[in-house]
Amino acid sequence: MQQVFSKPKSMKKDFRYTFCPGCDHGIAIRLIGEVIDELGVREEIISSTSVGCSVFLYDFLDIDAVEAPHGRALASATGVKRARPDKVVFTYSGDGDFASIGLAESMHTALRGEKITAFCINNTTYGMTGGQLGPTTLMGQKTTTSPTGRNQDYYGYPIKIAEHIALCDGTAFSARVSLDTVANINKAKQAIKKAFQVQLEGKGFGFVEILSSCPTNWHMTPEEAHERVRNEMMPVFPLGVFKEI
Amino acid sequence: MGKIVIDNNRCKSCYICTMTCPKGLIKKSDKTNRLGDYMVEFDDKNSECIGCAMCAKRCPDMAIEVYR
Repeated sequence: MQQVFSKPKSMKKDFRYTFCPGCDHGIAIRLIGEVIDELGVREEIISSTSVGCSVFLYDFLDIDAVEAPHGRALASATGVKRARPDKVVFTYSGDGDFASIGLAESMHTALRGEKITAFCINNTTYGMTGGQLGPTTLMGQKTTTSPTGRNQDYYGYPIKIAEHIALCDGTAFSARVSLDTVANINKAKQAIKKAFQVQLEGKGFGFVEILSSCPTNWHMTPEEAHERVRNEMMPVFPLGVFKEI
Repeated sequence: MGKIVIDNNRCKSCYICTMTCPKGLIKKSDKTNRLGDYMVEFDDKNSECIGCAMCAKRCPDMAIEVYR
């Protein structure tokens, strides 16, 4: 018998994910590890993470990493890429980090067309700090800072990140994927690979928004959380490729 | 003909694999792990597993290795 599925080689040998049970961060990091292996860029890659559950990336991937202040992952990544244009640079952020605290950095990195790759995990809440209202929180969703549910009058509407990034002229690839089924996980890996390839080919900014579950802060079981991703998130955040050049 | 090996030190008992296996070969066990959660066990008496790796692809903790 041959081993047909194991950990990617670019992941550290002995670690245990520190995420909550059923959290999709683990799958997203594994997919990035698999793509790094397939592209053979492990010795050339530098990651930039800021603050949130996504910060633990450097504990799991055996690659060089830069740690940025909250929301400034893309600003740091810009500096790294400009100083070392021969390296492959990517960022990994949550939705609050990417689209609220770091919205200016994120949008302007796309507008400048920096040749870096960015991943945003959208779980409609601030996961690490205890489930506050985030920029992508759905209408009517109850969080610790919107106890009666999000309404337009007080909180406004959720941001559709992948569509906004696709509108920027410097963007070469923008897609939204999900991790709720095996088929969607396979599609997510294709999108992640494409986002790295546009950087390697020097085309511009590559972006993938990954819909993820947060069972702890949604107060659901992992499978119920994936049902919510399918039934409530996907109608608001449709999957697909929004820009590809 | 396939086989999976579950690393119960990595497993956090989210039970996504038990709902993913198309043949229902992964079940909740009576035994608990070091965190006190009920572990999952691979029960393939009739050699039904084909090593499709769907359980491993959906496992958020990379606790499953697949052989074929």
